[in-house]
Order: sequence, then structure tokens, then C-alpha cells
Amino acid sequence: MLLLILKRIGLGLITLFIVSLITFVGVEVLPGDACTTYLEREAYGAALDACIKRLGLDVPAYERYLDWAANVVRGDFGYSLSGEMPINEVLGPRVKNSLVLASVSILIGIPLAIVLGIITALWRDKLPDIMISTITIFSMTIPEFISATLLILIVAIWLGWLPGIVIIPSDATFYELLSNIILPVVAISMIMTAHMARMVRSSVIQVMASDYVQMAILKGVPYWKMVFRHVLPNALLPAINVVALTIAWLLGGVVVTEVVFNYPGLGRLVIESISNRDLPVVQALAIILASIYVGINLIADLMTLMLNPRLKSLQIRK
Amino acid sequence: MENNLITEDIQKNKLEKAFEILKTMASKPSGLIGLTIVLFHVVLALISPYIAPYDYKAISPNTMLLAPSAEHWFGTDSLGRDVFTRTILGGRTALTVTFFGSLIALLWGGLLGIFCGLVGGKIDDVVMRVVDAFLSIPWILAMLLIVSLLGTSTEVLIPALGFFYGKGIVRVARAATHDVIAKDFIVSARARGHSNMSIIWNEIIPNVRDAILVEGAMRWSWMLLGFSSLSFLGFGVSPPTPDWGLMISNARGLMSFAYWSVIAPIVGLSSLIIGINLTADAFAKALGIDRSTKAPV
Repeated sequence: MLLLILKRIGLGLITLFIVSLITFVGVEVLPGDACTTYLEREAYGAALDACIKRLGLDVPAYERYLDWAANVVRGDFGYSLSGEMPINEVLGPRVKNSLVLASVSILIGIPLAIVLGIITALWRDKLPDIMISTITIFSMTIPEFISATLLILIVAIWLGWLPGIVIIPSDATFYELLSNIILPVVAISMIMTAHMARMVRSSVIQVMASDYVQMAILKGVPYWKMVFRHVLPNALLPAINVVALTIAWLLGGVVVTEVVFNYPGLGRLVIESISNRDLPVVQALAIILASIYVGINLIADLMTLMLNPRLKSLQIRK
Repeated sequence: MENNLITEDIQKNKLEKAFEILKTMASKPSGLIGLTIVLFHVVLALISPYIAPYDYKAISPNTMLLAPSAEHWFGTDSLGRDVFTRTILGGRTALTVTFFGSLIALLWGGLLGIFCGLVGGKIDDVVMRVVDAFLSIPWILAMLLIVSLLGTSTEVLIPALGFFYGKGIVRVARAATHDVIAKDFIVSARARGHSNMSIIWNEIIPNVRDAILVEGAMRWSWMLLGFSSLSFLGFGVSPPTPDWGLMISNARGLMSFAYWSVIAPIVGLSSLIIGINLTADAFAKALGIDRSTKAPV
């Protein structure tokens, strides 16, 4: 058991190591280095020299990689060219803002998805299922930027209930954020809920058809007691992994949503750093986002392990 | 002679089988709706250059932000360009880019996956680690990086999209290959002395094709989503090109009074994505592959 956990952590670390290699090599191989890319037409003379010195581009690539990796492990991501300050200072408030957005969306999304998934499964092919399933298909297939734009058009412009574009500085306090994140949260949790609700639905349907549930019905267990005691614990377990993957997948979608609502989180930093051609920040973001992805998957795997005694003796390979 | 007859027979069966799959797909309302939408978009994309009433890049200050009318069915945008023309041509852009992108993704993802499933061992381990690593970088970050460094021409976009959406296919192709590789007919082909290439071509590919095609159909809709998101963010095709993502991002700022120029591309893009999704789902069900429990990776 312990060995298995250690193995999974090891595999995650190897994946992160490869990610760091890919981003580093990618930036090396693509035309132009961080300085010429950032300075563009002004890449000559004193400015170029100063930039090269600042980033230490005058040493061989493998030495720079080792240096950079050692610093990242210690939690130092280097120096932002466009912000002219350490990347950690750029990241700090952004990480907090994105965390607020993500956790509110998850807190709303997961319970809602479970309830909707159960309803659609229990009333399978009846009116509630058909209605909810149609809506979930729509909200999970339509691109984030479209649902976000439509939300702004309908709620903010036509109905005038909420401000459409969030204008907050990146170091806004928690309460300033909270009043402005309603629309972004709706946009994000809509897609997340749809994916998870579909997963819960098919999982519940599968369990409902199993022998032990039939047995419980024959034994005369009351319907709702059967649902809560026999069906749900078994149906929600496999959902954990999918929930994790959905959250991780949303990292990409959050970028777009944050841009549409002008929300100062990590996602908008991705676009800003790429528009500013600030490669050190791009590298830092790649590692951070990949770590979140690997971390979420690791936690989900471990949770499934803890909660499911049957899996303890098996080796899990995805 | 006899051989010819047999192959002819097999080919006829293939056509019949394809027709049967189509019939199964259309037998459910969701599949029928999906097929109809996709067919509509494909036909429109093919004929759009010939039926477009205006020049898609003709800028005119006299026709700025006109509401929908008999001359301009969907109104005009902030530069005076006809929204109807740009919307029907936008479908052509989206379908061309994602079609060739999906083709590239299917080819390299499928072949690498089959190869990994076949050889196994160290090479397989290393390749799968690298694929995992690529999967854990958010697609948007990687795509943006490539596009911003190499430029936003379709010659860069199509291979870049094809590359990034192929990595998921590697996994599916590998798993499908693992499923067939231990079966008796492979062992007997080996025993008959067939070469590796002949085994891949005649025994493995026909058996993993369904799973790979279903995955490819799904990737197609995600690629369309990815491509239009890139355009929306300003990193897709460059401005005069009629493209839905680009149109939505341009018209967004003015939508408080000129909502028509944002609604038309939204309807176009949403309907195509939903159509492809429904079709892919029906396709998977017709082939007996259940996708409902899979997460979007």
C-alpha cells in the first residue's frame, strides 16, 4: 500500500520533470531566445546585454536548466521581464484570485452535479432526465467564450442585473472579489457541472442494475434508503477520478473565461505573458499549471485507493 | 480471378457496413439531428464562396453596424462588412482547419499508439511518460506558445492543432492494440510467417480502427473548440480571414447595441460543435463503444 502511494508520487514527479524539460527545450528550440523575443526590434547594444546578463543567457543551456530547476524546486521562479520584478511577486495575487474563483465554482458545482446526476439517473428517460440532459449537453459542448459572452449579453446588458466586465486590480481584497465573480463562477461551474452530472448519471445507472441493488429491492429495503445506503456510496466512488480530470481540464477553459470577464487570475496572466513575450513567466506558468494537474490526479488516485478496499491489492495503471 | 471476386465481395461488404452504421446512427433522434447539422455545415462550407452575396473583406463606412435587413440578412459589423457573408465563410475556415488537423492527429496518434502497443517494454514506457507529460500541460498554454513564436498562419495552426490533439489518440490506440495483440489470429499470423508490417496492416489496424475513429471524431469537436478559442483570444487566424472566434471577439465590445454581429457567429459555432458531438456520440453507439463514462482529457 505504502509502496503503491510512493510509486504514484514518483510517477507524478517524473511527469513534472519531463514537463520542465519539454518547456525548457521548447523555448530553446523555437526561434529566438527570451531576450530577443522580449525586446523584439530593440534587441541590440546595452539593452540586450543587460537582459542577457539578468537572465544569465551567456552560460550553456544545460547549466541554465539545472540552475533554473534547482531554483524552481526551492520555490523561486526567476525574474519577469515585462513586470521587472521577481516572478513570485507577479504570481502571488494571481494565484489567490484564481483560487477564489476555482474554489467557489467547485463548491457550487460538485454538489449541484451530484444532485442533477442522481435525479437524471433515477428518472432515466423521463421528463426531468430529458430536460436536464439536454441542458447539460448544451452547456458542456458550447465553448467557454460563447457561454461567457452570452451571459454578459443577457444578464448584464439586456437585463442589467450585474456588471458585465469585472474591473478589479489584481491585489483586490477577498470581499471586493466576491461581489464581482458571480458571472465568471456561473460560466465555469456550468461546464464543470455538466461534465460531472453526466458522469454521476451513468455511474448511478450502472450501480442500479447490479445484483446487490436488485437483492436490496427484493429484500424490501425502502427505495430512498436503498438509494442512499447501497447505490450512492458505490456510484460516487468512480466519479472521483473524473471529477479530478474535469477540474484539471478546466484549467485551459478558465484561461478563456478569465479573459472574457477581465478577471485578474492565473489564466489572464497566461495570455498577458504570451502577448508580452515574457518567456520566463510562460515557463513558470507551464510548470505551475502542470503541477496542479498532476497534483489533482494524484490526490484523486489516493482518495480512490483509501476509499476502495478492493483496489488496495491491485496495481492501478491508467 | 477467385481472389478478385473475394476482394470485390469484401469491398461491397464494407460499403454496406458503412451504410448500416449510418442507418443506425440516424435511427435515434439525437444522431439524426447531429448528422443533419454536420451535413448542413459541410454543404454550406463547400458552396459558401459561390453563394456569398458580398465580398467578405470589403470595408465601407456607409454600411457600419446596420441592423439586419433585406440587403444584409444578419446586419453588418463595425467595419461595414456583411455579417451573413462572413458567417457562412467562417464555417469554411473552421471546417478546413479542423478537418486537416484531425487527419494529422489521427495519423500520428494512431500509428504511434499502435507501435507502442506492439513493441511494449522500455520504449513504450518512455513514450507514454512523454505523452502523459504533454497531457498535463494545459493545451491552451502550449498552443499559445507555439503560435506566438511561429506565427498565426494556417500552415502553423493545422500541424500544431494536429499534434496537440493527437496525444490523446496515442493512449486509445495503444489500449486497443493491447486488447487485440494477444488474440489467436495475431499469433497464427505470426506462425504463418507474416512480416510485422503485414500484421499491423492486415490484422491490427482493422481491429483497432473503430476505437481510433470514435476518438478522432470526439477530438474533432474539441479541436474546433480549441481552434475557435485561439482565434477568440487573437492567436488564431489573422484578421481579414472570416472566422467565428475572431468575429465574436471583434463584435463583443459593441454587443450592447449591435448584438446581431455577435449572435450570428455564436449560432454558427455552437450548432457545428453540438452537431459534431451528437454525431460522434451516435457513431460511438453504432459501433458499440460507450463513451459516457470518459472524462474530457
